[in-house]
Amino acid sequence: MNIIYREKDVPNIHKLDVYVKNDGYAALKKALGMTRAQVIDEVKASNLRGRGGAGFPTGVKWSFIPQDNPINYVVVNADESETGTFKDRQIMENNPHQLIEGALICAYAIKAAAVYIYIRGEYWDVAEGLEKAIADATAQNYAGDKILGSDFSCPVYVHLGAGAYICGEESALLESLEGKMGQPRVRPPFPAQKGGGLYAEPTVVNNVETLANVPYIIQHGAAAYKSLGTESSTGTKVFCLSGHVNKPGNYELEMGKNTLRDLIFTHGGGIKGGKQIKGFLPSGGSGPVVRVNGNNDPVLDTPLTYEDFVKMGTILGSASFIIMDETVDMTWVASKITKFFKHESCGKCTPCREGTYWLDKVIDRIMDGGGKPSDVELINNVAKNMQGVTLCALGDFAANPIIYTIKNFPEDFAAHVSGKAPLAVAGD
Amino acid sequence: MLKEKYADRIEAVFAKYATKRSAVMPLLYLAQQEYGWVNQQGINEVAELCELDPTQVKSIAGFYTMYSEKPKGKYWLQVCTDLACALNGADEFYKQLREYLEVTSDHHDGHGGDDSADGLFTVDQVMCLGACDRAPMMQCNFRFYENLDMEKTKALIEQWRAEAAGGTSSDGTSAAASSRKKSSKKQE
Repeated sequence: MNIIYREKDVPNIHKLDVYVKNDGYAALKKALGMTRAQVIDEVKASNLRGRGGAGFPTGVKWSFIPQDNPINYVVVNADESETGTFKDRQIMENNPHQLIEGALICAYAIKAAAVYIYIRGEYWDVAEGLEKAIADATAQNYAGDKILGSDFSCPVYVHLGAGAYICGEESALLESLEGKMGQPRVRPPFPAQKGGGLYAEPTVVNNVETLANVPYIIQHGAAAYKSLGTESSTGTKVFCLSGHVNKPGNYELEMGKNTLRDLIFTHGGGIKGGKQIKGFLPSGGSGPVVRVNGNNDPVLDTPLTYEDFVKMGTILGSASFIIMDETVDMTWVASKITKFFKHESCGKCTPCREGTYWLDKVIDRIMDGGGKPSDVELINNVAKNMQGVTLCALGDFAANPIIYTIKNFPEDFAAHVSGKAPLAVAGD
Repeated sequence: MLKEKYADRIEAVFAKYATKRSAVMPLLYLAQQEYGWVNQQGINEVAELCELDPTQVKSIAGFYTMYSEKPKGKYWLQVCTDLACALNGADEFYKQLREYLEVTSDHHDGHGGDDSADGLFTVDQVMCLGACDRAPMMQCNFRFYENLDMEKTKALIEQWRAEAAGGTSSDGTSAAASSRKKSSKKQE
């Protein structure tokens, strides 16, 4: 079932004429004939949840925008930078009009003056493709002035980031779009409120995949969308699969109808080299790591839904699965992710800036064989003191790889600090 | 001067935003393209265009890693050695690439990379580039090269060396002549 990756069913759907021939922009046309409240209610009823990682209900987010405010904005978060995440790139490359259409439906619903697509700088070639798609859509009156003969006007712009993971955090993204360093803002006011959004105006910030779902919901109705998936995880979700699997890539699957085993072994072709699985990260570097005791572990029978992953003690998040086989040293994994967060910490909040620095120093000492058993407790303690005390979630994300690798793989840390021979480090 | 040379482009950038300040990032890219890196001249010009203090512009250029604050080799190679790529051999790939290019200095990441012995290449390791299913991979002047091994990479390097010496590259493109060349590579 491909709602997002329609290029698998319709070749060349990135071209405007092909997209239009296959019901493209029909949902926008339909939305323009509905009241703004009806559009928001339909998205609310679909139970669509934000696909960027937080899983917040999309329609609820839209309903926070004050309808009487003269200028509102839609900002598309295309700053895909989480380790192991590469799903939005494929949407923007192969089905860009569906993103533009979804963003314009949102813009109509919240009376937005403009749509800004904030795309990570490394995706500049994808941005060029998007610019072309926007120009084509504007030339055919699907975007821009008086869209499809209505009174609704809304230009769509692309803004290129320049290499900062933190800009995927919505308030940092807005700062960046305003021409500042990408550092998170104090909230409230939230982006949806006056004073909290782009240029201090109420703003919806939605992920690429989230908005790409919207045309289907408007065109076929919330009931049709909700018939897919489970009660609290509706529709399809793109699962990014990387690491030690035979067939890495993006897989769009109906939620709840597939298990982890289906994802890794059926779609992903199983573990490389016929090895056993040791663990996986479900939400890139930022979500808690899950322990798996080999390919027969019943944990692999967990259905792919938001709720089942919470029960498992982790999060589905952005669904960026990094699979690790039996040879992987989880201390090394923790050190890798810690380096990532140390590099990407914006430096605004002390616990994150200093915490990631010291975590990196101590875990390097452990990796180099100079660690003491008390070092494991030390980094666990430092990480726990970073939780919940920073302006954005990056502080919590940076704590997760330490806390959960120690909790779920204590033997890997013990091997490093007990003077025994260190484990083999991953990599072919 | 950017202002005269790219008047139309600059005007189009300003037209997108409600404030002049919002144009600082696209204009820094323009300065980098013009001067090869973000030098003081570029900083000053962008500051004047956006009606900002040069110090403010410098802080922005310093915050974002894609603005280079020092001159680079003609070919700026950035290898992703983040977790997903490292699980598929990126650390070893990076090491071999540095050896092949005879890079001796070692500044690690965050310092803008190290230059090859001949000065033609600057090599650096970077965080996730969103190509985790095609590791090992790297950017050359921001263009993606994926599913690499050392054999393929050596061929690319020799091609770039020949190109720099005055020949043309075998695929007919000048991958590094501009940091803004359109990639012909599409998702499979």
